[in-house]
Amino acid sequence: MSNTVISVENLSKTYRLGVIGTGTFFGDLNRWWARKLGKPDPYAKIGEVDHGNRFGETIRALDNVSFALQQGEALGIIGRNGAGKSTLLKILSRVTAPTSGEVKVKGRIASLLEVGTGFHPELTGRENIYLNGAILGMSRAEVNRKLDEIVDFSGVEKFIDTPVKRYSSGMYVRLAFAVAAHLEPEILVVDEVLAVGDAEFQKKCLGKMSDVASGGRTVLFVSHNLAAVSNLCQTAILMDKGRILHSGETEGVVFKYMNLNKDANSFTADLRNVQISGEPKFTSINVLNSRREPVDAVFSGESMSVELGYASTRTNPLGQVSASAIFSNELGENVICCWSDLVSFNFKNLPSSGKLICEIPKLPLLPGRYHISFNLVVDKRTTDKLHQGIAINVIEGRFFPTGKIPPRKLGMFYVEHDWKYHE
Amino acid sequence: MTTELKTTEQENWSLVIRPQRAWWDLHLGDLWRYRDLVWMFVWRDFVAYYKQTILGPLWYLIQPILTTVVFTVIFGNIAQLSTDGLPPFLFYLAGNTVWTYFSASLTSTSNTFTGNAGLFGKVYFPRLAMPVSVVISQVISFGIRFFVFLGFLFYFMASGADVRPNWWILILPVLLFIMAGLGLGSGIIVSSLTTKYRDLQQLVTFGVQLLMYGTPVIYPLSSITGGWRWLILANPMTPVVEVFRLAFLGVSAMSPVYLLYSLAFMVLVLLIGVLIFNRVENNFMDTV
Repeated sequence: MSNTVISVENLSKTYRLGVIGTGTFFGDLNRWWARKLGKPDPYAKIGEVDHGNRFGETIRALDNVSFALQQGEALGIIGRNGAGKSTLLKILSRVTAPTSGEVKVKGRIASLLEVGTGFHPELTGRENIYLNGAILGMSRAEVNRKLDEIVDFSGVEKFIDTPVKRYSSGMYVRLAFAVAAHLEPEILVVDEVLAVGDAEFQKKCLGKMSDVASGGRTVLFVSHNLAAVSNLCQTAILMDKGRILHSGETEGVVFKYMNLNKDANSFTADLRNVQISGEPKFTSINVLNSRREPVDAVFSGESMSVELGYASTRTNPLGQVSASAIFSNELGENVICCWSDLVSFNFKNLPSSGKLICEIPKLPLLPGRYHISFNLVVDKRTTDKLHQGIAINVIEGRFFPTGKIPPRKLGMFYVEHDWKYHE
Repeated sequence: MTTELKTTEQENWSLVIRPQRAWWDLHLGDLWRYRDLVWMFVWRDFVAYYKQTILGPLWYLIQPILTTVVFTVIFGNIAQLSTDGLPPFLFYLAGNTVWTYFSASLTSTSNTFTGNAGLFGKVYFPRLAMPVSVVISQVISFGIRFFVFLGFLFYFMASGADVRPNWWILILPVLLFIMAGLGLGSGIIVSSLTTKYRDLQQLVTFGVQLLMYGTPVIYPLSSITGGWRWLILANPMTPVVEVFRLAFLGVSAMSPVYLLYSLAFMVLVLLIGVLIFNRVENNFMDTV
């Protein structure tokens, strides 16, 4: 007997692209008949050339993935959107079946892709504990045994006999997590959705997960939150386009991930959610690291800059320009405001298109995930605005000369300071 | 190859996730392990049904009584259909009580996949737990309706109507079992197919209504003669309704032996249903 508790062997998952079936039986029959007669597909989209091969077009969401997980190990899975992380999770949670390959598991596996799955709004908190527990695979006796503990952990004792539809969203999530946290599986598979919510909840959640991990049980954690992954997991896997690109010590894998994103434009802000009329507009937004490479993750303590491309259809120079970049944390609280009016007096008569660059010499942010919102104001009129237009990961870095960092609860920022002895 | 086989045997895997299970592998043992969940669903359906309603569980009574009154007025008084000499109200109530259990089981299991996609997409449990729990919770509402029926039966007997309950009433559990199997089997066939074809859902609501007229609910089998009789006889629900009337009201044109046909039909439908369901549950999240 080896200590391997999860063994993933040559796992692949193929999805068919495009609309699967026409949605009605008659439609499928019609299409089948047309194909039989050698006519073009009557349901092909207009303007789309029917090559006759669309039917077979597929995408490999997972492509021959193999790895093994030892007992007591905490493994992080990172990768960009579309890398195959969610598909892997779905297969491990038995929500969908793989196309080929297999996964072997030893012990009870519990996956939390969401908290509060199956909560019924009309039922009371207590009733929902039983229901949710059963859905997650607990027996009634097990829930009975842990009921007091769950209620205690959730902190909603007072409202335990109130229908959950009257709960605040915070209470709802706390109760739901309390149930999940008392599942006590041998293997816990967690999606990053769990790592959002209010700060207290998030801390509780991560704390519980590291309890599970240090208690000799196995954790598989999928996340965008690089800081959380490096805190929780000793080893990690980097996925890209359905394959494992790199695996090993978390630190090295995280580093690879950041390199991977260097040449990717996928972290350029999505400029579609423009709400304001007027010109100029943002044309590109990039976060650059200290070497001026576009990235989505930066180290605290290093220099970073935000590059705002803008353009206008007219050619006459712009009047008084003012730009701002506001960083908000995961709770949506604004934490930093970088505003050109604060530091510059001569943003006048700029060309009608170009780039504005905001440079932060030494990033004072704690590790975590932040959103940046942007505003562009010309002659006191807002011409463009992006609310939380881009997200960045801040990774633990060398802010202080010693390389040490203070505990999270003792501060929200790093501030350069010095200590001296004076007689 | 042999060594590989050996190591797999030595390792005590408690779960192996494979692309497609063999078609006979129904993993019903899993369903048994999750029996607590089945009961939770039954209980949830029952409790949630009447929360925040004024009349609460009374709704289980009002609906069959009102339907029966309507039937009595339209089919008994206006259309003057035969009721085999039985009091019309009791005749329709009997048919209704039985029929509603079957139709409710069928319609509410037929959206198992589409109606629970959110839940099925997030967590694993044997998918069969859902339709099975629905059929069981329908037994509760059947029970309530059945007691209403018994109440009226005693009332009519006390006021001297010619109804003769007999020892066949002991067969009621068998009738329930046949209906549960028929409802569950056809319901999960439909639910498996609706993952691809949503229009089947429309067909069910409509089809169940039509089927009621193809079952001796509002008329006795004895009143059907001629070319259509074989169609009514081929309907597996016909013996169930007729035997129910035979048992509690004492009149029927059908021998209880026909129940064997219903039973065989039920076993077949249920088997096909479970097999299709088993095929679909693996990958339905990708198409639903």
